Amino acid sequence: MKRRETILVAMALCAGAAAQAQVTAERLLHAPNEPQNWLMYNGDYAGRRYSALEQINLANAKELSPKWAYQTMAGGKFEATPLVVDGILYATGQDDRAFALDARTGRPVWQYQRALPGDIRPCCGRVNRGLAILGDKVFMATLDSHVIALDTKTGNVVWDATAVDYTKGYSFTLAPLAIKNLVLVGVSGGEYGIRGFIDAYDAATGERKWRFYTIPAAGEPGNETWEGESWKIGGSPAWITGTFDPETNTTFWTTGNPSPSNRGIGRAGDNLYSNSLLALDPDTGKLKWYFQFTQHDEHDYDATQVPVMIDEGGKKLIAQANRNGFFYVIDRTNGKLMLAESYAKVSWTKEKDANGRPVPAKEGSPTPEGNRVCPGAAGATNWMSPTYDPQTKLFYVTAREQCDVFSTAPQPYDAGHAYYGSAYFPNEDAAPFYGALRALDLKTGKVVWEWKHVSPTWSGVLSTAGGIVFTGDAEGNFIALDAKSGKALWHFQCGASVYSSPMTYSVDGKQYVVVAAGSALFAFGLHE
Amino acid sequence: MIERMKAIRAAIVSATIALALWSGFAPPLCAQVKNPYAGDEKMAKLGEFAFRANCAFCHGLGARGGGRGPDLTRTPKKHGESDAEIFNTINNGVAGTAMPPNGATQQGVGMTEEEVWQVVTYIRSVEKKADAKSLGNAEHGKQLFYGAAACGTCHMVNGKGGRLGPDLSSAAAGRSTDYLTESLRTPSKRLAQGISEAMKEFSQEYETANVTAADGTKYAGVVLNEDAFTLQILDTRENLHSWEKSSLKSYEKTRQSLMPAYDEKVLPEKDLQDLLAFLAAASGGGK
Repeated sequence: MKRRETILVAMALCAGAAAQAQVTAERLLHAPNEPQNWLMYNGDYAGRRYSALEQINLANAKELSPKWAYQTMAGGKFEATPLVVDGILYATGQDDRAFALDARTGRPVWQYQRALPGDIRPCCGRVNRGLAILGDKVFMATLDSHVIALDTKTGNVVWDATAVDYTKGYSFTLAPLAIKNLVLVGVSGGEYGIRGFIDAYDAATGERKWRFYTIPAAGEPGNETWEGESWKIGGSPAWITGTFDPETNTTFWTTGNPSPSNRGIGRAGDNLYSNSLLALDPDTGKLKWYFQFTQHDEHDYDATQVPVMIDEGGKKLIAQANRNGFFYVIDRTNGKLMLAESYAKVSWTKEKDANGRPVPAKEGSPTPEGNRVCPGAAGATNWMSPTYDPQTKLFYVTAREQCDVFSTAPQPYDAGHAYYGSAYFPNEDAAPFYGALRALDLKTGKVVWEWKHVSPTWSGVLSTAGGIVFTGDAEGNFIALDAKSGKALWHFQCGASVYSSPMTYSVDGKQYVVVAAGSALFAFGLHE
Repeated sequence: MIERMKAIRAAIVSATIALALWSGFAPPLCAQVKNPYAGDEKMAKLGEFAFRANCAFCHGLGARGGGRGPDLTRTPKKHGESDAEIFNTINNGVAGTAMPPNGATQQGVGMTEEEVWQVVTYIRSVEKKADAKSLGNAEHGKQLFYGAAACGTCHMVNGKGGRLGPDLSSAAAGRSTDYLTESLRTPSKRLAQGISEAMKEFSQEYETANVTAADGTKYAGVVLNEDAFTLQILDTRENLHSWEKSSLKSYEKTRQSLMPAYDEKVLPEKDLQDLLAFLAAASGGGK
């Protein structure tokens, strides 16, 4: 073969390969229409973590069995949810690794390991929750505060953008969100006196297109809710993946605690936009409206739980089970509160304001000798994803029944150094102290059923059209429950606590359910 | 202020590097490194705050010991008594124990050197020197333990005794006198911790299980472990059982300890002190 012909053949081969598995922005909009794939962290732009797959259902769930496992061999918490596109699974793991597997077999096709500096500042483990995908790239936000694009076929780094100086206490742990031609991320670091932000990067080049600071600067509306200069180190990170409403071109993001997290002295005021739901224009990062869940927080009640979009009874809603113990339903067209009902033991508030929003009680403040408050610092729930099942119209959330003793511990701000201002301890009388998967009625917020966990867990929840909700527990079980009744259908002992939210996909007509536990991804399917 | 702190830190960093270099070869040299804040009450106060944020989760508020960490108000310290040795213990952790090196808790970069010295200064400020009350008669305590008080029926000390309750060989090294007294007087108030699984946030406690098996046989014992579907217990006759919960006729778990409460009628104050003295001697803390 002549050389020119060889090149032409090679080009044709490459072109053929490149045309395959392109995830267009259009495909992302209609993610629920291709349930064989799992195209973003929470499954769809609404953040429902619901799949229309029904091969695994109430009748056959007891036949579930392991299909493969993939070991990262990394220590620490494995918090990722994989993506699956056309038979390839993409995921991240501890210490900012990423990998692509054959989704049928779990065999790796590429692996990426970020070379992390030794002095990164993760608050809570060297964790990463996953990727976003667009075109022929997957996107990862790293512990050293970069946003990177990896080639879907090879794992090669296509671009690497520095978001911010990690030595000041910034890091990324969340799975990015791809919207149109942009990649959105929110920063972690609420324990370090950062100034939080949400960024958007050009998916093709890595160029930053906008940044929204989650704390208004001097002269901007909301800045008056901070005492003196405290806004400059006021925290308000945004470390969980947002959702997106194409109809109104609005992306919804949630923010975490004001800094220092457990000490309000020195930052008098509501501390906007900490612990808030933000409605942003995805093209410009401009704020449309906000709703603050916990004002002037002193208990680390980050609002970084998934703001789930639900259309029900002609209303366009956002539902969120908040770390502070309340289930909120909000009109997503204007940010108006419609419901706030506690779904776990709560003692930080005693009353609601005129709009029905619970307000912090003075007696709940941390004290030098320690003050017992519920929920504890880890919250009534946390980052683990809830799910909304449109068939049962129930909202399923992992609830943690645990209180803590909050004690003050003033400390000076020192850039890049932990800035808690307080400490907390498990309360010694040990009650309440357990976990539960709770099914909440969207209209009333009331608990319809609960599956009790022996101890509080960090597992998220997946619902499927097969009538099943899947969740995990701290004792290592991965569990299938009847979505209507909460009755256990099946379980598997993974050998380590589940610190992740499960997902599902299908290849060659076979449905799989995947969860991360310990150092491994486990895939389950029907016994053959 | 911050600049000044940085200068201090730079000085301490070099001292610490030297410390780290020496510690492997000539440990006694560590004791010569001086605590720059020794006796400084202001620094002790800052140390108290740093202690709360970094140490109290295990060692308890006031350093009086918690669920996992020893009471640090006691002297002498098991892992070295000088300020420099305590600094080392904090900075390097204690191999083979739950005590992690500074900054290795996956919670950022840890305490600065000056904060560690502040914590050392704080610990010094809350230490109780010799606790006269705890100097009971260890020999009589031993007789009580294995005799009249019958502690040895359920508890082992240095290889001798029963298995139902926690091994008490090192109880006195890891727990405050107040904690041990409370455990004796009101055992159900705070249950002892049992198995801790690697990735699990909370340890299993010594809860009480009352079980009726499928064949109607009743068992009482301590919960060794439990999940949503299975149960592992050691019954009062020291037999191990592991059941699928669904196979049981009944299963009830309580926080009423199987250990009887040793009130003052059962165990007068003097005898209690003798028992504590025995436990202290057994764990090497009474030397």
